[in-house]
Amino acid sequence: MARSGNVTRRGFITSVMAFAGSIMGIVVGLPIIGYLVSPAIGGRKTDSWIPVGKLDTYPVGVPTVFSFTRSKINGWEKTTNSYSVYVLRGANDEVKVLSNVCTHLGCRVSYSKDTDTYACPCHDARFDRNGVVLSGPPPRPLDQYESKNDNGTLSIRVLES
Amino acid sequence: MINNRVFPWLDERLGLTTIYKTVLDRMVPKVNWWFTLGSATLFLFVMQAVTGIMLSVYYVPSPDKAYDSIEYIMTGVAFGWLIRGIHHWGATLMVITVFIHMLRVFFYAAYKYPREITWTTGVFLFLLTLGMGFTGYLLPWNQKAYWATTVGTSIAGSVPVIGDFILRDLRGGSDLSGVTLARFFSAHIWMLPAAIIALIGVHLYLVIRLGISSIPKENE
Repeated sequence: MARSGNVTRRGFITSVMAFAGSIMGIVVGLPIIGYLVSPAIGGRKTDSWIPVGKLDTYPVGVPTVFSFTRSKINGWEKTTNSYSVYVLRGANDEVKVLSNVCTHLGCRVSYSKDTDTYACPCHDARFDRNGVVLSGPPPRPLDQYESKNDNGTLSIRVLES
Repeated sequence: MINNRVFPWLDERLGLTTIYKTVLDRMVPKVNWWFTLGSATLFLFVMQAVTGIMLSVYYVPSPDKAYDSIEYIMTGVAFGWLIRGIHHWGATLMVITVFIHMLRVFFYAAYKYPREITWTTGVFLFLLTLGMGFTGYLLPWNQKAYWATTVGTSIAGSVPVIGDFILRDLRGGSDLSGVTLARFFSAHIWMLPAAIIALIGVHLYLVIRLGISSIPKENE
């Protein structure tokens, strides 16, 4: 075994101070980091079915917009989020519900009857009536909502994180 | 490696050893524990600055959100209670340490030649600290804050001749309102801290330049 008698008083104090200082730094630092990242962690996920009206009111073959708002609590504030979805009713009452959020960077797309496409104003992306990318930067088709038909009333499933 | 190459390189350019010797290795007379209160106050000021900056992440200085945002800090944010608690109690403690620090300087007559300017800046630092306490007290926008500021600004308004002007200037109008909250917030986080930091700079420079006074002897 090596002799441990060559530790100087100054060296010993320095080590102890460095060790104690590190502990104190961690004790003080961790709460501050936790405080700053607090809203980014946790958060409640919601999963709900939203009625979007009678299916009969939607024209066949033309994407039709349905808008609604949902509110949620962010910190000290009640935030109201607006949603718009495009409902496309087929000839046999099969339904496709598309989100109007561009899959590129989240701007809102709008449908034009003249061109029969969805256009995103931010980076000039085009989607066809089924949400398939025709041109521009989006990496994938428009997102689709799960939908169900209860005795003629159409509902869509909205998932929020 | 760090000690043999990097530190001398930095030291030659930044003068770190000189700073260390001037600030920390200076000669001091044999003194007692009362002489630690200036450092204690400086420590508390840094603590208030750090926790105050942290609070500003979530606090909103508006009449309809101030109370709710603090409620959120206390119950919704991780360690929010701790950060605010330190800021709250640190404020009280800082007023106490500043005041006892001032009493020590006074009773040891340390304000005399050549330290008159150190004393003068210290007096202003004391007043600014009270100003921080006064402006910070309103920010929670609860009943206690509201009425304390009503009373405080009314006292300021009792000054002869210009009293009404002072009251209106403090409140930003004749009533306590959102304007009052906004200007107290501005004073609390920008104006007063800026003045305090500037004066602390002068105060500490003078402490280092002149050294600290020794405890007076019986016949002095």
